[in-house]
Amino acid sequence: MTTVESRAVACAPQGPAPVRRNTELSLLVFAALVPVLAYAETGLAMDGRLPAGMLGYGLGLGSFVLLAHLSVRRFAPHADPLMLPIAALLNGLGLVFIWRLDKARELHPNYPAAQNQLLWSGLGIALFIVVMARLKDYRRLQRYTYLSGFAALVLLAVPAFFPVRAGDFGARIWIHLDGFSIQPGEFVKILLPVFFSGFLMVKRDALALASRRLLGLYLPRGRDLGPIVVVWTLSLLILVFETDLGTSVLFFGIFVVMLYVATERTSWVLFGVLMAGLGFWAVAHTEGHVRGRIDEWLHPLAAAPGAGVGQIGQALFALGSGGALGTGLGQGHSWLIGFAAKSDFILGTIGEETGVTGVIAVLVLYGLLAERGLRTALAARDPFGKLLAVGLSAAFALQVFIVAGGVTGAIPLTGMTLPFVAQGGSSVITNWALVAVLLKISDLARRPAPGEPLQPGTQP
Amino acid sequence: MNKPIRRVSVFCMLLVLALMIRANWVQGLDASALNANVHNKRTVIEAYSYPRGDIIVGGNSVTKDLLVNGNFYKYRRAYVNGPMYAPITGYSSQAFGSNLLENVEDPILSGNDPRLFFRNALDTLTGKQKQGGDVVTTIDPKVQQAGWDGLQGKKGAAVAIDPSTGAILGLVSFPSYDPTSIAGVTSDFATNWKKLTSDPSQPMLNRALRATYPPGSTFKLITAAAALETGKVTDIDAPTDSPDPYILPGTNNVPLPNETGDTGCKNATMNTALALSCNTVFGKLGVEVGPQRMLQEAQKFGFNNSSMTIPVGVTASNFDANMNLAQTAQSSIGQFDTRATPLQMAMVAAAICNNGTLMKPYLVAEERSASNSVISQTSPTQLSQATTPDVAAKLQTMMVNVVKNGTGTTAQIPGVEVGGKTGTAQHGVNNDQNPYAWFVSWAKSGGKQIAVAVVVEDSDTSRGDISGMHLAAPIAKNMMQAYLGK
Repeated sequence: MTTVESRAVACAPQGPAPVRRNTELSLLVFAALVPVLAYAETGLAMDGRLPAGMLGYGLGLGSFVLLAHLSVRRFAPHADPLMLPIAALLNGLGLVFIWRLDKARELHPNYPAAQNQLLWSGLGIALFIVVMARLKDYRRLQRYTYLSGFAALVLLAVPAFFPVRAGDFGARIWIHLDGFSIQPGEFVKILLPVFFSGFLMVKRDALALASRRLLGLYLPRGRDLGPIVVVWTLSLLILVFETDLGTSVLFFGIFVVMLYVATERTSWVLFGVLMAGLGFWAVAHTEGHVRGRIDEWLHPLAAAPGAGVGQIGQALFALGSGGALGTGLGQGHSWLIGFAAKSDFILGTIGEETGVTGVIAVLVLYGLLAERGLRTALAARDPFGKLLAVGLSAAFALQVFIVAGGVTGAIPLTGMTLPFVAQGGSSVITNWALVAVLLKISDLARRPAPGEPLQPGTQP
Repeated sequence: MNKPIRRVSVFCMLLVLALMIRANWVQGLDASALNANVHNKRTVIEAYSYPRGDIIVGGNSVTKDLLVNGNFYKYRRAYVNGPMYAPITGYSSQAFGSNLLENVEDPILSGNDPRLFFRNALDTLTGKQKQGGDVVTTIDPKVQQAGWDGLQGKKGAAVAIDPSTGAILGLVSFPSYDPTSIAGVTSDFATNWKKLTSDPSQPMLNRALRATYPPGSTFKLITAAAALETGKVTDIDAPTDSPDPYILPGTNNVPLPNETGDTGCKNATMNTALALSCNTVFGKLGVEVGPQRMLQEAQKFGFNNSSMTIPVGVTASNFDANMNLAQTAQSSIGQFDTRATPLQMAMVAAAICNNGTLMKPYLVAEERSASNSVISQTSPTQLSQATTPDVAAKLQTMMVNVVKNGTGTTAQIPGVEVGGKTGTAQHGVNNDQNPYAWFVSWAKSGGKQIAVAVVVEDSDTSRGDISGMHLAAPIAKNMMQAYLGK
């Protein structure tokens, strides 16, 4: 690889985009080292000694990451060098925080989540490698446009037919099989962008051009409203039947963003936001679960008699006690959050033990990952690739906003996992696959076109 | 499609930026309010994650920290001789907060006092467990025990002070409670708390500091001081011009009678009047001194002081301002709206014993760090000059006479100079409940001094027998004896 790089540098003005695989490797060393040191620090703080599994954890994480890196070198040599290290760092840190919460006796029913999560992370990276190796050209996904759409619908609908468990806090987003549970909504995060990309590729001209102008806005024709109305209805159905605000918003948000990118019409965004607002307003007034969430958001510190504050209040306490620099790893009391402290509320633990500094660092990582995805969309040379990259990146960014905004009390809380960090098998697998697809798009985008080397100025 | 993609990028960046702003808001701006929220258990968890300091009585700790290693709390507070020392220590509970010394001395006991900062920083560096400092009280365990024993089966309070310094030697309230029984969070503790707080006999009320009673005849000491200071009486052994009964001025022939209808109160000398506890003589003297001057006198002895701390806060004793003459007469014999804490009446005895100088009462002798180095030491300070040494001497003479020949004979201690004053204060509408029995006294022997006030609320003893002499004075006597070692 060194030779490739030096060659790239040597013929810089005319040469192809640097492949940056060595950059990725050195960043990965950092991304693996930071969680291992965090693991050691947590062990020292909580038990006064280095954790027993430290070597195994370090080697395990290191080898996972190395395999992922090797697969990128082999199958996507021109891919963006930042995404894999960021994903690895987030995943590694997530494991440390979950392990730390495993050690809180108060959360014992959920024990031991870290081992499972490590297993799921391994599976996620395996899926990453499979996507790398098997998905020769992402444009083939276009063939599965309607299949993806259908699969997404089925996966979204399935949990509504499964019984709700006591610990699910009202939201029907899980399928419980004995032993473990699946959150099918997570997989939809990849399937929907595939479907929308394929669909909008075909329809974008009709949607963009055939419109009337009114008050400076291009209003869509009545019959072109069809798709948006269908998606809007579906997202409301999810909200009503599965009482899952998060998936509903994510679902609709991805669609509006992709519609906007495909048609370049601001009017669609306005329309979408208006419809979403109306729909949620109506549901919030009729659906007790959603209304409860909004009440808890408005009054997070209101305490039920004899029971203390709710989870958002506890999450705010955790964040507040973290202050600027945090209590130090393993030294907070974020287990007071209780249920879902390791999954949806894991940002509370990050905030308490690493302070606002740690929270901002994690947010920067998410922001960087999303922006690298959007950069990929800019660089992609085909509309399908552009749309897919935008859809996947926006899904990622929206999910982070929905869950982090909920935990910090900025918006009503909805059940969602913090990508890569939170406990949740479905989530971690999906996110690794998502990054793999983005890397494949990036690989093709940064690859010098045959007979037409990229100019340095246009290099992504 | 690149233009909308750029806009989407900006939008995603704004989402992340919004989250960052929100994080700063919660973790910066709101942090202190969130940390102080009553529902935030972190403060309490932290407070019980290491041993608190000790509260020390007579060289021994009366507090303990049990290593319980519960789910939330590592340590729990426990008390040695809890009920007896509860009016001093108060409680420190994981579920119900804290009060008294546990509360006001929390900075030292928790080790969070800024004066311990250097030590704490050192401990953090050397990896030593944080530990609270100790609070050394002025309590004499023998005096405390004597008061505690005396009040068994009764209801009331006893306070003993060293008149020369103001150091509080005993602080007893009965019935009491064991603070250990409410120190934890589990349901047993909650049941105990509920039982204690709903008990009609109010075992958690600190009667010595936080309950006020009509002082009755014991207040005549202040009236006597005022009369002597203002020259209404110059010779305590000269007859006063006092009718019996005394008709309250400004009323339609309403008489102020003497309690037992004793003979001997008419035109009695002040000395005799105090020994017999004549209402008529002191009611009239109060009126002659006047409401303004009586108020001033009461305040010199510590009444109407709502900001006194020892360092535990003390409820203010009351002597009304703006009274008419009839009310002044009533107030001058410790009735009407006049109310005093047992500590207040002990201060009256202490001021008289200390030749008129009232020392500020205090409960904490020393604050120490965990390594036993002294952080602060209380030096005795004067609260006021309650009366002149000359008047104080006359009051002492009269109080000695009360114990020798009057209503306080049950407080006599052989070989010790004891002065005292009994009181029987009306209680309830039209005096329909058992009255309060008071005894206020001091004793001097071998350079040691002690002033004591004892109040006994409605005891089971039949009404006629209730008097400071039978119920309260023996308790005071035992406390004084315990201190003087006679």
